[in-house]
Order: sequence, then structure tokens, then C-alpha cells
Amino acid sequence: MSDKTMMLNLKIWRQRTNKHKGEMVDYKLDGVSPDMSFLEMIDMLNEKLIRDGDDPIAFDHDCREGICGMCSLMIDGQAHGPQALTTTCQLHMRHYNDGDTIVVEPFRAKAFPVVKDLMVDRSAFDRVIQAGGYNSIAVGNAPDANAIPISKENADLAMDAAACIGCGACVASCPNASAMLFASAKISQFALLPQGQKEAARRASSMVASMDIEGFGNCTNHAECEASCPKGINLSNIARMNREYFKAKFTNNEA
Amino acid sequence: MSQAATKSLRVYFSSSIGKKQIMAVTGLALCGFLVSHLLGNLLILVGADAFNFYAYKLTSNNLIYVAEAGLAFIFLLHLFLALNLTLQNKMARQDGYYMKKRTGRGATLASSTMPYTGFVILVFLILHLIQFKFGPVYSTVVDGVEMRDLYRTVIEYFAAPLNLTWYIFAMTVMAFHVGHGFSSTFQSLGFNHPKYTPTIKKLGLAYSLVVALGFAGISLFCFFQN
Ligand code: HEM
Ligand code: FES
Repeated sequence: MSDKTMMLNLKIWRQRTNKHKGEMVDYKLDGVSPDMSFLEMIDMLNEKLIRDGDDPIAFDHDCREGICGMCSLMIDGQAHGPQALTTTCQLHMRHYNDGDTIVVEPFRAKAFPVVKDLMVDRSAFDRVIQAGGYNSIAVGNAPDANAIPISKENADLAMDAAACIGCGACVASCPNASAMLFASAKISQFALLPQGQKEAARRASSMVASMDIEGFGNCTNHAECEASCPKGINLSNIARMNREYFKAKFTNNEA
Repeated sequence: MSQAATKSLRVYFSSSIGKKQIMAVTGLALCGFLVSHLLGNLLILVGADAFNFYAYKLTSNNLIYVAEAGLAFIFLLHLFLALNLTLQNKMARQDGYYMKKRTGRGATLASSTMPYTGFVILVFLILHLIQFKFGPVYSTVVDGVEMRDLYRTVIEYFAAPLNLTWYIFAMTVMAFHVGHGFSSTFQSLGFNHPKYTPTIKKLGLAYSLVVALGFAGISLFCFFQN
């Protein structure tokens, strides 16, 4: 444990509800330990605000170990902050120095309305999943291992795609607020495996339709999503989704 | 066509991915057109007669009307979808960020300026048609055949340094547009592979450089003919 603490200048987005206008508010926070996580630093600020009789800052979080996808935040203009492959809850204050100014904003997209302060409603993602991000074929009890042959390559690719925690950093960092990295990861994790292929066409069709209805933007292949994804979801998933969608529309009757 | 098929097509053409893929196909077709246009223009380096004769052959074939209509259609489709998609993208984030930083591993200058570079190309294209196709008409005789002296129109145009500067500027802007666009089309059409994608990216850069330097080089040649 290091006992050197730091003083930070924080610029944080405050907004009472979706109906109210929000603004950036300046806070000074002293005594921040480099061993704290970013969210613990905000907890500390909130304790101070509560002690002072102010409204604490609302923000999303749950597991705080980088697996649930609930934390968010644009930190100094980047989704989940400056560390590659790191969620906000896993970002530590040791990456900052005494006296630093840090800008904290909510993820912004029309499909992700602000609920309060830094908290946004990402249920649009849930609706995209509900549109087809599942397998509806009953397969009985767990089959014997290796009963269905799957190539190592595809198993690895499916696993990589399934690493998506649905945090929405892709949407937040995309200049077009497109959700294609998210949707494509979900489409890919099934399309790569024989169990998922049966429904691949219907899935691609309805998940893309749902994504469009929610008001996400269109991909223009910048790759900002891939660069800011805490789970390293690859752009090749979007290419796979593009193929799957084309196949669904031109070679399949039910989609 | 069956009802299901018509519905499938209608949904495809109004979907984000469908529009993106048509954007890609039309963009790639326009890239192809640029190559053929450049090859034609290279005849300016050969000489006045060669270039004029080529232009004469091209425009006196009735199929040119079909080709022109096709090209105009592709261009308008590209333009219409560009507008539609760009507006949708702006709508998807109405409240902007107080602070937004690129990761440095994603968006490039070329990728972030596609709608703007596209707009410059549109303005350029309109002026280009006015200045050359519908520009001053002179006539000449090659091998006993009377034809338009397009070569003279071109050389006279590039005598003015301002015209030359604008032309080279427009070609630079186009290099940026196709510099991102070329490789982007492959991704949009679903072609992404660790073995080939790095090569496609390099090919895109090479393509944009060759095309821009080709056109700009010819314009400089014309300038020095005066
Ligand atoms: C009217 C003028 C034009 C406008 C307004 C325009 C606009 C655009 C826009 C907004 C995009 C999509 C942005 C993106 O994907 O990042 C785009 C893509 C593209 N454009 Fe253009 N463009 C124009 C002319 C051209 C021309 C003349 C060419 C060919 C030389 C061209 C080639 C491409 C290519 C290859 C793409 C990539 C398609 C993809 O991303 O899948 N464009 N254009
Ligand atoms: S809080 Fe669960 S991933 Fe950050």
C-alpha cells in the first residue's frame, strides 16, 4: 500500500433527470489513494457530498470486477477511460497524478438516455438481445463432450465474441453511436457454432432490425469501438454480421 | 417474385447494413470508374491527336449514353445514401460530449471526414463537367475526321494557376475519401480476414495515392504545356 494520496480536480456531469438540463460541475477531492479504483474514488466523493448535505452522484456499477458490464463513464473523452482493455471499475487511480483534472461524463447516444447524472438507460441492448440473441432449440441434457465436432478456430472465435459484457462502450465511443460491434458479437457467438447455426438467419435479421429501430447509428468502419472495447471484441465480428445479414436476406426464406 | 422475396429485399434496402453495403458497392464502382478515367486521361501525355481521337471514339459510340446514365445512377445512389446515413448518424447522438478523445487506434482523419470530402468531390464534379464536358468547344481534324479539340480545352483550363490549384486540392481531398473508402467497402461487404485485411488496407492507400497523383500529375503536365 502506498501512503501517498493525491488531490484531484473533477469535472462531472450532473443532471437531475432526463427532463432536466445537465451541466458540468467542478469538484475538488483530496486524499485519493492510488490504490483506489475509479469507482471507489467516486464513492469517496459521494461520501463527502452526503456529509455536506449534497445530492450524491448517480452512476452505474455492479460486480466491480470487470465482468458484468454495468459500469460505464466517459473519462477524459474515452469510454472506460484511457486504459485499453479495462472497464471503469478496473481502472485504478495509480494512473493519475496529484493535481490532475479528470472529466467524467455519461455514455451518450440517443438510444442510451440519461437517467440521472452519469447513469444511462441501456435497456436498448436488452431489447436487441430479446430480438434473437439466444438459442431456442431445446437440446435435452448436456451432451457428451466433443459429441458435436467443432473446429478449434471456430470455438476460439465464438469464445472471443462471447466475451462481450454488453457495457455499451462501443456505442459510446463510436462517432455515429452505432451498436454494430455489440450486435455482431452476439450474432457471431451463435453463428460460429453448429447449435446456433440453425437459427442464424432469423437471428441476424431480427437483431439487426431491432438495432435499427432503437435508433443506433450506422457503422462507417472507424474501428473506435474495437479500440475502446474493454473485452477486445474484434471488428471481424461486424464483417461476419454483414455476411450473415446478407445471407439471411438473399438465401433464406424465413428471414 | 414471391411476396416473401419482395419483403426481404425491401427490408434489406432500408436496413443499416443493406444501405451500408450499397454504399460500398457504389463506392467500389466509382473507384473503378476513376481508374478508367485516369487511363483515358493518360493519353494527354501521348499527344493532342491521341487524346482527341480517344474522346471522339468514346463520345461517338451510342453506348456512351447507357454508360453515362449508369454512372449517374450509381453516383446519385451513393450521394443519396451518404446523406441518409450521415443524417441518421447525427441523429443517433444529439447531445454531444463535453470532451471526446480518439483512442488513436481507430478513427483516422480520412475516416472522420468522409461526408465532407464527399461533398467537396460533389462540388468538384459539377464544376468539372461545366469546365470540360460543357466547356469551350474547339474543333480539330485528326486523320481527316473533324472532331472536338478537347485537348485544347484542357490545356487552356490549366493555364490558370488558380484552376490548377483547385484541381490538385480536389484530388488530394479525393485521395482521403477513397483512402478510407476503398478498404472500408471490403469490411462492409463482410470481407475481413486476418490474412488479407492488412493487404487490402495497403492496397487502398496505394490506390488512393496512384489515382490522386495520376490526375494531379496530368494537370501539372498540362500547366507546363502553356
Ligand atoms: C457526391 C459525392 C460523394 C459523397 C457525398 C460521398 C460520401 C460518402 C460517404 C458519406 C461515405 C460513407 C462514409 C464511410 O463509409 O465512412 C462514402 C463512402 C464511400 N465513398 Fe463516397 N462520396 C462521394 C463520392 C464518391 C466518389 C466519386 C467515390 C469514388 C471515387 C466514392 C467512394 C466511396 C467509397 C469507396 C466509400 C466506402 C463505402 C463503405 O464504407 O463501405 N465516393 N462516401
Ligand atoms: S461494474 Fe461490472 S464490469 Fe464494471
